[in-house]
Order: sequence, then structure tokens, then C-alpha cells
Amino acid sequence: MSNIGAIDGHDAHHDDDHHHGPAKGITRWIYTTNHKDIGSLYLWFSLAMFLLGGTFALVIRLELFQPGLQFVEPNFFNQMTTMHGLIMVFGAVMPAFVGLANWMIPMMIGAPDMALPRMNNWSFWILPFAFTMLASTLLMEAGAPNFGWTFYAPLSTTYAPETVTFFIFAVHMMGASSIMGSINIIATIQNLRAPGMTYMKMPLFVWTWLITAYLLLAVMPVLAGVVTMMLFDVHFGTSFFNAAGGGDPVLFQHVFWFFGHPEVYIMILPAFGVISEIISTFSRKRLFGYDSMVYATSSIAFLSFIVWAHHMFTTGMPLAGELFFMYATMLIAVPTGVKVFNWISTMFKGSITFETPMLFAIAFVVLFTMGGFTGLMLAIAPADFQYHDTYFVVAHFHYVLVPGSVFSIMAAVYYWLPKWTGNMYDETLGKLHFWLSFVGINILFFPQHFLGLAGMPRRIPDYALQFADFNMVSSIGGFLFGFSQLLFVFVVIKCVRGGKKASAEVWEGSHGLEWTVPSPAPYHTFTTPPPIAENAHARVETKGDV
Amino acid sequence: MATDNSNSTYETYYVPESSKFPIWASLGLSLFMIGLANALNGIKSGDGAGGATIVAILGFAILGTVLFNWFATSIRENHQGLPSAQLKRSYVLGMYWFIFSEVMFFAAFFGALFYVRQWAVPWLGGEGGRGSSNILWPGFEAVWPVIANPSDALFVPPHESMEWRGWGEALGYLPMWNTIILLSSSVTVHFAHAGLKNNNRKQLIGWLSLTVLLGVVFIFLQAEEYIEAYQELGLTLDSGIYGSTFFLLTGFHGFHVTLGAFMLSVMLARSIKGHFKPEDHFGFEAASWYWHFVDVVWVCLFFFVYLY
Ligand code: HEM
Ligand SMILES: [Cu+2]
Repeated sequence: MSNIGAIDGHDAHHDDDHHHGPAKGITRWIYTTNHKDIGSLYLWFSLAMFLLGGTFALVIRLELFQPGLQFVEPNFFNQMTTMHGLIMVFGAVMPAFVGLANWMIPMMIGAPDMALPRMNNWSFWILPFAFTMLASTLLMEAGAPNFGWTFYAPLSTTYAPETVTFFIFAVHMMGASSIMGSINIIATIQNLRAPGMTYMKMPLFVWTWLITAYLLLAVMPVLAGVVTMMLFDVHFGTSFFNAAGGGDPVLFQHVFWFFGHPEVYIMILPAFGVISEIISTFSRKRLFGYDSMVYATSSIAFLSFIVWAHHMFTTGMPLAGELFFMYATMLIAVPTGVKVFNWISTMFKGSITFETPMLFAIAFVVLFTMGGFTGLMLAIAPADFQYHDTYFVVAHFHYVLVPGSVFSIMAAVYYWLPKWTGNMYDETLGKLHFWLSFVGINILFFPQHFLGLAGMPRRIPDYALQFADFNMVSSIGGFLFGFSQLLFVFVVIKCVRGGKKASAEVWEGSHGLEWTVPSPAPYHTFTTPPPIAENAHARVETKGDV
Repeated sequence: MATDNSNSTYETYYVPESSKFPIWASLGLSLFMIGLANALNGIKSGDGAGGATIVAILGFAILGTVLFNWFATSIRENHQGLPSAQLKRSYVLGMYWFIFSEVMFFAAFFGALFYVRQWAVPWLGGEGGRGSSNILWPGFEAVWPVIANPSDALFVPPHESMEWRGWGEALGYLPMWNTIILLSSSVTVHFAHAGLKNNNRKQLIGWLSLTVLLGVVFIFLQAEEYIEAYQELGLTLDSGIYGSTFFLLTGFHGFHVTLGAFMLSVMLARSIKGHFKPEDHFGFEAASWYWHFVDVVWVCLFFFVYLY
């Protein structure tokens, strides 16, 4: 088990001109240290998890199609909501962004690869093991975790099924993967930028990922800490979350949300980066307010550490706490508003075309902003007493996460697929996928606002009759959205297998180093750093050597 | 490939062709976790750990072996001169950010301690008129350290805590000795580093050996303290929130000291083998940064867990 072979064939020559292509067969993917291979692995894994988590969601929507219990037991229903949330957050959205980071960051800053290529492989390969372990709990006698993706104690300690132990260790493994992944991303950005690529010339996707990686390093250990305390409460008799021994279940919520709120920004900041790239390309204009975007992203990251208890308004915090967390939360709307304003101003007077990535990006701006507004409503502590734990919250976070994070991931895939594969995707099918998703998502989540305002609680398999109509509409939207994603899978596979050849620039308004290399991007890019123009954000005057 | 003039002095960034280490490491880690989870569940349900322990040990052994070879390979690559100065900077940054994440791991536990002391326990004692706890456990009085739990039946409390017992008993107070030991070890590792930079082998090996020795004595005394806690004070993991926070914080710190001492002993072995050069000794520096980090954690711990 040593790498001597690889080393021997690779003397320390200074001008490495002959590039090695990928290895053949399955071991290429298992042993790879190449950022593009690893990026693809992350993206395929994320797609698989998206479909698995989506299946669970459809089980939920199926049961909620009508009042009464039709298809699943309440306990199994709880397992579905829990596994859906965990898999979407940790298995679909986060790995997708890490995959995009792997593919794009080295190409955007003119780096030969990620800073620590072997560790990069390890970050990825932990994930399939961790999620297999987590998903296997569904087949165990005690059943999968059923305490919600937020796993509040004492549901997840005193009253947990024994599979909680597997859940805890799976979270530990995901945490290790995320921490190593973020170390790699930060080190790459700090250390591997081509000469002349100053921080304020970096594309916004790189900037947002730099800040995201920092957030991950700050809060994934806290998540590890809180599941460790759970482990001790469950197995070693401690009483962190048990008031009988002097602990406090609310302590769990504080530690969890200290991780949890930055976590939601971990899932949206890279999306901001993607959207900034795409809007500027298809508006054929420089991004409006680049500097203010950087500062806004940084302030959001900072504020995200001091708002966590807006998830806990109804726990009986002292009034001072309620007020502090209410105002701090509202403050986040300011930098977020700056970003939305900049995207709109970028489009203003641009010569816009509406290819699939742009459609997703525009939908992002509109629908994410709606999610932001409902967030503001929830941030008003006295009002939240009414909305908390209702479908209104479900509607809020799905608006920011699905037409927010997930749409941005799809936009990114359509945007960069031609660069990855060398082929154009099928534009007609892409647009069809967009419209089905757009319509589906709104039918699915818009009625949930009304359900929540009318008082329908979340995480229940059955409901009162007056909620029946909106639930049926929502379920129809759910199935429409869910099945439309099969079209997405089809378009992607079709594009990987062939299609109209893409040029290096791919898009007329494209800018940035990744568009200076041929499509598909060669296995190794920028083994020597490209020249960077003096006066532009990642615009190059001369085409870089590849 | 035509090379741009400005880049003619550029050193190739070494990217290994491929690596078998990560997949084996993932496999080892998973076996370890699966074995451990099954063992814990078995013990809890009364069936016993059974064969799961073997799976856990096997997984751990695989993981350990892989990591050993992984590090050995990096060291060999360094001897061959493969890493450029830039790659070495990546290692440095990697270690910095790793230590940052460790800081945040401890921050979670310290945060829990502050929350419990500042809010949870006083509220349980009825402070702030939020009296739910007054109804559940009317007699509970909020004092820290908690040596009478809200429910003494469910969580048998300790007779005594580990708090500072005044100057009169200072000489027999192990945490104080441990503070002295760990603080000195930070100084000795610094002397060792100075020796390394001055190319003074004797100074390096002498001070580094002393550092490792101090680390081992620390772990030994910590174990002694735990035995005292369990056998004489009735202070255990399940003796309520004081024991919970005490053992969580000191336990994870002790675990990190063990890891740090292990890293330093590896560096000692490498020093004896003559691996390090005055201008190139990242491995040594990484281990010593880690050591300073566990030292700082201890100082916070000594202050907030024992003294204050
Ligand atoms: C303007 C920005 C935002 C504000 C003011 C805001 C505010 C809030 C508040 C107050 C809650 C708690 C509601 C309750 O439980 O009663 C909440 C829940 C939630 N938010 Fe946001 N939010 C914002 C943006 C986001 C973003 C960008 C995301 C993710 C991409 C997000 C994801 C979530 C999630 C997942 C929950 C529910 C967690 C759960 O209980 O399961 N939010 N938000
Ligand atoms: Cu939040």
C-alpha cells in the first residue's frame, strides 16, 4: 500500500510538459487525486442523494395528499421527514457545492489542482460510507432516526431508537469530510492563486466559497461537539440534556443552532457566487458592485454567528435574548438586500438572453427573495410565536433552499456542463426542465404559507379537514417537481454522451479563466499559472497556456 | 508548451498521480465506526459487545496503518525534494486551519459549560421566576459545583467536587501540578525548536525528550486524578451535570494531550534519525503548534473548570 511506484515515475523535473491523462477503469475514480475527477464524483454522489432524499419527500407528500392515515405509520412518517432533511442537507446540497468548488476553483484562479490532492480524495470517499451507514438504519429493526433533521434532545437521546448511535457516527464522518474539504478549499484559495490574481480580482464564486469554507471550519466542529454530547448522554450516563441531572434540553438547541444557522448560509453563500457569475454572463455586463458583494457576503457570514436563537423564540428565553436575536436577525436582511439589488442592477440595461442557466438564475433571484421576506416575518419574535413549528416555516426554508440553493446548483450545472463535457446540453429540454421545476415548486410550496398561517403544524402525518385542499394542491406540485427531475438526469446524461461541440468560451458573454481553456477542459489545466490582466475581475487579455 | 517569461522560475506544484491511501482510510474509519456503534448498542441493550469489538479494532488498525504509510510517503516525497515551497505553504495553512477547527470543537464544550453555569442551573433553582423546575424539583438549590442534583435518585451526586481547595492543600492538588507541567512543556518544546533552528542536535533531542516526558507525566497524573474522582469522591460521568462537564472537558483535553504527545514522540524519533533541517522541519513545527494549542486549552480549563 505505498505510492512508491507513482513517485518513481515522477522525478522532480521543473518543467513538466508531458501531461498524463486519466487512468483507465474504475480505479481511476477510486484512487484519483485530480480535482476534476473528484468534482465529478461529488456531483454524481449529490445527484444520487438528491434522488434518494426526493423519494422520501414523495412518501411524505403521498401520505399528506389526503387527511387520515393512508400509506405509512406515523413512526415511519417521522423517519421519512428526518432522513429526507438529513440527506438533502448533508448529502445533496453540501456535496454538490463542494463538487462545484473542486471543478471550478482551481480553474478560476489559475491553479494546477487543489492544494492537498490526496486529502481531497479522502474528503469525498468518506461520504459514500457515511451515507450508506446512515441509510442502512432504515433496514434495521429499530428503524431509522425519527427525531427530525434538527434531532432535538430528549427525542434524540432519552427517547431515541438505538440507531441513533449510527446516526451520531455518520454525522462525525460527514463532519470530518467537510472539515478536510474546507481546509483544502481555503488552502487552495490562499496559496494557489496565479500571480496577479489578487483577492479583489477573484471571481465571486471563489470569494463566496472562501467565506463558506471558513464558516464550515467554524461550525462543523460544533456539530461534532453536540452529537458527542448526545453520544455521552445516550451511552455513558451524562446529563447534558437532562434536567434531572442539572442539564437542560434547551442547551442542545443552543449548541445545535450555533451550528445550524451558519449551516444554512453554508448552503446559500456558494449559491450567491454561482448566481453572480451567471447573471453577469447572460446580461453581457460586468457584475454591478463587485466590492459591495464581497463585503455583503462577509457581513452575512459574520452576522450568521449571532442570530442562532431566532430558531428558539418559543423556548422561554429571557426577553433581552428575544430582542437581541430578533434585531440581529433583521440586520441580515441589509447585506442580503445589497446582493439582490446588485443582481438586478447587473441585469438593468444588459443585453440579456434567456438560456437555461439564466432562467434558473432569474428564478433564483425572485424566489429566494420571497424566502428572505418570509424569513423576516419569522424573525419578528412575537409573530414567530404564531408561526413557529407550522408549515409557514416549512414554506420559508424550502423557498430559500429549493429555488434557492438547488436551483443555483442546477443553474451551475447547465452553465458549466459544456466546459466539463465539451458538449452543449439540449437547450429545449433544459428549458422544459426549468419550466416544469419552476411551476412545480410554486404549486408545491406556495400553498404551504397559507397552511402554516392557518395553523397547520409541521412534522405530522395527519391533519384537520380544513387543511385538505391546500395539501392536495401541494402534493400535486410535489409530484410534478419530483418527476421533472428525471428529465434533468436525462439531459445531463445525454450531454455527457454527446451533443453539439462547445467552443472554449461557450457563452458569448463569458468571462474568467475557466473559459480560456478548451472544452472539455483538459485533464490538467494551468500546470503553469496563466497571466492575469491588470484591470479586470478575472478577465484575461491573453489566453492562458494549458 | 510555450512558457510565459514571467513564469520561467515557476516550480511545479507536485500533484501525486493517484493514491490508494484515502479509500483504505475510509474503509478503516467506517469499520471502526460500525464496530463501535454495534458494540455500544450491544452493551446498552444488555447483549454485550460481542464480535463488534473485533470489527472496531480491525477498522482502527487499518486506519492507523494507512495513516502511518500516508505520512511516511509524504516524508519520503519531501526527502526526494518533490514539494515546492508553495506546496509546503499549503501544509502550513492546512495545519493552521485544522487547529482552528479544534479550537471550535472545544469552544462548543466551553460554551455548554458557561450556559449550564450561567443559566441552566440557576433557572433550575428557580431564579428568574421561570419556575417550571420549581414544580418538578422543588427542593433543588442552585450552587456550582452541583453536588446535589435535581433528582438524586436518577443521578447519584458526588460527595465532593474537584474545585480548588485553598492554598493549604495546594501541594496535594494534582491539577495545579498538571498546570505547571504543561506550561513548562510548552517552554521546553520551544527550546527544542531553538536547538533545531541552530542546528544543535543535542539541544533538540534533549529538550524534546523532556517535553515528551512531561506530556507522559501529565497523562499519568490525569489518570490518577480520575481514579481519585471515581473511587473517593463519587465523581463520575453519571453523577450529574458537574461530572458530565468535568469529564467531557478534561477527558477530551486529555485525549488531545495524548495525541500531541504521540506526535511529539514521532518527531523525537525523526529527530534522532536526522530528518529535520534548520530551514525545513514542518513536521516538527506542526506538532509543536499542536502542543501549544493543547496547552492553551488547559489554561482555560484550569481556570474555568477547577479554579473559578
Ligand atoms: C433574510 C434571511 C433569513 C431570515 C431573516 C431567516 C429567518 C428564519 C427564522 C426566524 C427561522 C425560524 C422559524 C421558526 O422555526 O419559527 C428560520 C428557519 C429556517 N431557515 Fe431561515 N432565514 C433567512 C434565510 C434563510 C436561508 C438563506 C436559509 C437556507 C438556505 C434558511 C433556512 C432555514 C431553515 C432550514 C429553517 C428551519 C429549520 C428547522 O426548524 O427545521 N433561512 N429562518
Ligand atoms: Cu436561522
